[in-house]
Amino acid sequence: MSRLQVVSGKGGTGKTTVAAALALALATEGKRTLLVEVEGRQGIAQLFETEALPYEERKIAVAPGGGEVYALAIDAERALLDYLQMFYKLGGAGRALKKLGAIDFATTIAPGVRDVLLTGKACEAVRRREKDGRPTYDHVVMDAPPTGRITRFLNVNDEVAGLARIGPIHNQAQAVMRVLKSPETAVHLVTLLEEMPVQETADGIAELRAADLPVGRVVVNMVRPHVLDEAAVRAASGDHRDAIARTLASVGVTGGTRLVEPLLDQATGHARRVELERAQRAVLDGVGVPSYELPFLGDGADIAGLYRLAKELRKQGVGA
Amino acid sequence: MTKKADATTAPEAATAGAGPDAGTGVGPDTAAGPDTAEEAGGAAGPDAVDGLDRAPLLELDPLLDDRGTRIIVCCGAGGVGKTTTAAALGVRAAERGRRVVVLTIDPARRLAQSMGIDSLDNTPRKVDGIKGSDGGELHAMMLDMKRTFDEIVEAHAEPERARAILENPFYQSLSAGFAGTQEYMAMEKLGQLRARDEWDLIVVDTPPSRSALDFLDAPKRLGSFLDGKFIKLLMAPAKVGGRAGMKFLNVGMSMMTGTLGKLLGGQFLKDVQTFVAAMDTMFGGFRTRADATYKLLQAPGTAFLVVATPERDALREAAYFVERLAAERMPLAGLVLNRVHGSGAARLSAERARAAAENLDEGRIVDQGDGKAGLRGSPATTPELETEPEPNDLATAAAHPVPEAAPTAEPAQETDVDVRHLTAGLLRLHAERMRVLAREQRTRDRFTALHPEVAVTEVAALPGDVHDLAGLRAIGDRLTAGRTPSA
Repeated sequence: MSRLQVVSGKGGTGKTTVAAALALALATEGKRTLLVEVEGRQGIAQLFETEALPYEERKIAVAPGGGEVYALAIDAERALLDYLQMFYKLGGAGRALKKLGAIDFATTIAPGVRDVLLTGKACEAVRRREKDGRPTYDHVVMDAPPTGRITRFLNVNDEVAGLARIGPIHNQAQAVMRVLKSPETAVHLVTLLEEMPVQETADGIAELRAADLPVGRVVVNMVRPHVLDEAAVRAASGDHRDAIARTLASVGVTGGTRLVEPLLDQATGHARRVELERAQRAVLDGVGVPSYELPFLGDGADIAGLYRLAKELRKQGVGA
Repeated sequence: MTKKADATTAPEAATAGAGPDAGTGVGPDTAAGPDTAEEAGGAAGPDAVDGLDRAPLLELDPLLDDRGTRIIVCCGAGGVGKTTTAAALGVRAAERGRRVVVLTIDPARRLAQSMGIDSLDNTPRKVDGIKGSDGGELHAMMLDMKRTFDEIVEAHAEPERARAILENPFYQSLSAGFAGTQEYMAMEKLGQLRARDEWDLIVVDTPPSRSALDFLDAPKRLGSFLDGKFIKLLMAPAKVGGRAGMKFLNVGMSMMTGTLGKLLGGQFLKDVQTFVAAMDTMFGGFRTRADATYKLLQAPGTAFLVVATPERDALREAAYFVERLAAERMPLAGLVLNRVHGSGAARLSAERARAAAENLDEGRIVDQGDGKAGLRGSPATTPELETEPEPNDLATAAAHPVPEAAPTAEPAQETDVDVRHLTAGLLRLHAERMRVLAREQRTRDRFTALHPEVAVTEVAALPGDVHDLAGLRAIGDRLTAGRTPSA
């Protein structure tokens, strides 16, 4: 498995949850993974029900079998100050720059600098080694910006390398690009079996490919079991109403006739959804990217759900 | 618990001064239409939830009909249906007689098509098929940030300078959509549309930002950047150089710019300086317009709608919005809660439905598990079943097929099993639905507990996507149907 796993997806598809589950799944047998977030939303902290993450790598979970998950919320401003410190020993000057608004300029207004810093920090974690030469993290999982922005986000280094044609930012941007375009990296796109996310996923894959960025998997999230198909529902909506009411009564569910109609309505909605999902699955099959499938969590994505999804991912080959 | 969640969700809220009391500021502004608040109190419905405060009902028709409403801003987390909501409100307002323009930021292709516009662009296009008797009209456009930026440059600089700016590499990257530009341009466009005064209602969708309120912060950030020392510093050497910025960084330059030069490369800094120098005369205009747009957003004719789904993350973001809007004194109309699940059979609990389904399954095992015999074949034989009068004895029903009704024993047995299988499926679906309902209710209650003053309208979940005006119209109906959807 690639060392850097980038997880993107349309808003609302659960990409943070999937990224966290992936980090857990990869932390098998004593392995250590780092889960990073780059959008300052503290989604990881909320998911793991911990306090807001500081700009510091911190252990947030232990995986079954002894693996460890660390987390880091990357902050562009802090990353820039660190960077200045690292390369220029600019402790005080960094603060002066900040006061002048230069740091703010660099991290919010100057095109791409922010994204260079964010991707750069993630790549640094990928490359980092312990004294004994072993990598600090076996895998780094990034909860990345949504599908609509992911290619630009990852590719910004190319653009910046073109803008800043010499100097350390240029070199840094190129080094990051070498990691991002190598097999060391895999970009996964999370989707639901709904029209808009699937369309966006297909578009996103095309964009990633055009930019030579390595597409990993499509992660089909929140998959619901197909309880009844359309044929069944059609049959029921025919003349079975009374029979259904009686069957309900036979197992002690009273008020049968009044219940049948809403139950059938729900089933009709379900059947229509099944049909739509089938069509969307066909669209996804068309893009030719292997996929993982994760079940819908009826109780929402809490910690228990997260471990369940991680187990599911392992079953499908993650961390093997 | 809530305290902790707040601290973790919204680190920015703290810095922006949205303290614990921020929510209270929303109160008076909440009544978007003058009559919303009182009506909502009465309309709370008979099914008020046990012990918990029920949020007042957000009534959108009065808001759309009020000629005083000039701008509606739809904001919320990504993927909650902001753009669809904006489009549906646009259609509804137009069909109720208003002259509406919908400014979308990044619509899904399907949504653009649903308004009959395959290629939305930076100019408002009339949407055909609006059925209004009162001369209402709908126009729609999609923000093209680069085009918008270019137009500003072209409108405010003499041709030669404009060309110099448009050709500057830094400008080209900046305008092509790096963090923040989209937000500036969305607000700039909103200001332009409002200034044209051709529409009496502007419905605007907000960019899918990394932080949801970037569009509010963007004009301010631009302003403070333009007023800041840093920009003067950047401009200094260019000015010294005489011909705007064509001179290389001179030796006497401050250590700060020197550092930046080292970091970014001299050429890059030179591009920035050239850009800043060329834009110099335009900065005042940017700032004035940014301030004007910000004031426009606070004006009484503006209504913010926070859009969310009944999911934890989306509602957390919504709560953050509510607090920020209050802190910025922006008028919040209420919360649109999309994709809410309901059930017409809510009296039947998940537990009972599941138990009953299991009961039916066990019955089938007794029946040698031939339930697989297929639903497909036998629907035609059903009428007979209606005369079948022994519903109460599970064992009998399972073991013995309908005795008198069926012409032959076999199809009847199959039908009986089919119905059992089908009924078990219905029950199982219902149990799942009730579980979702309960979870959604918990998340909503949590939001309402934190922000009881925020009016809410709930929109039932649709099984599929919107493809046409009829679909948008249907969403408009749901948006204004009151609470407790049953779909």
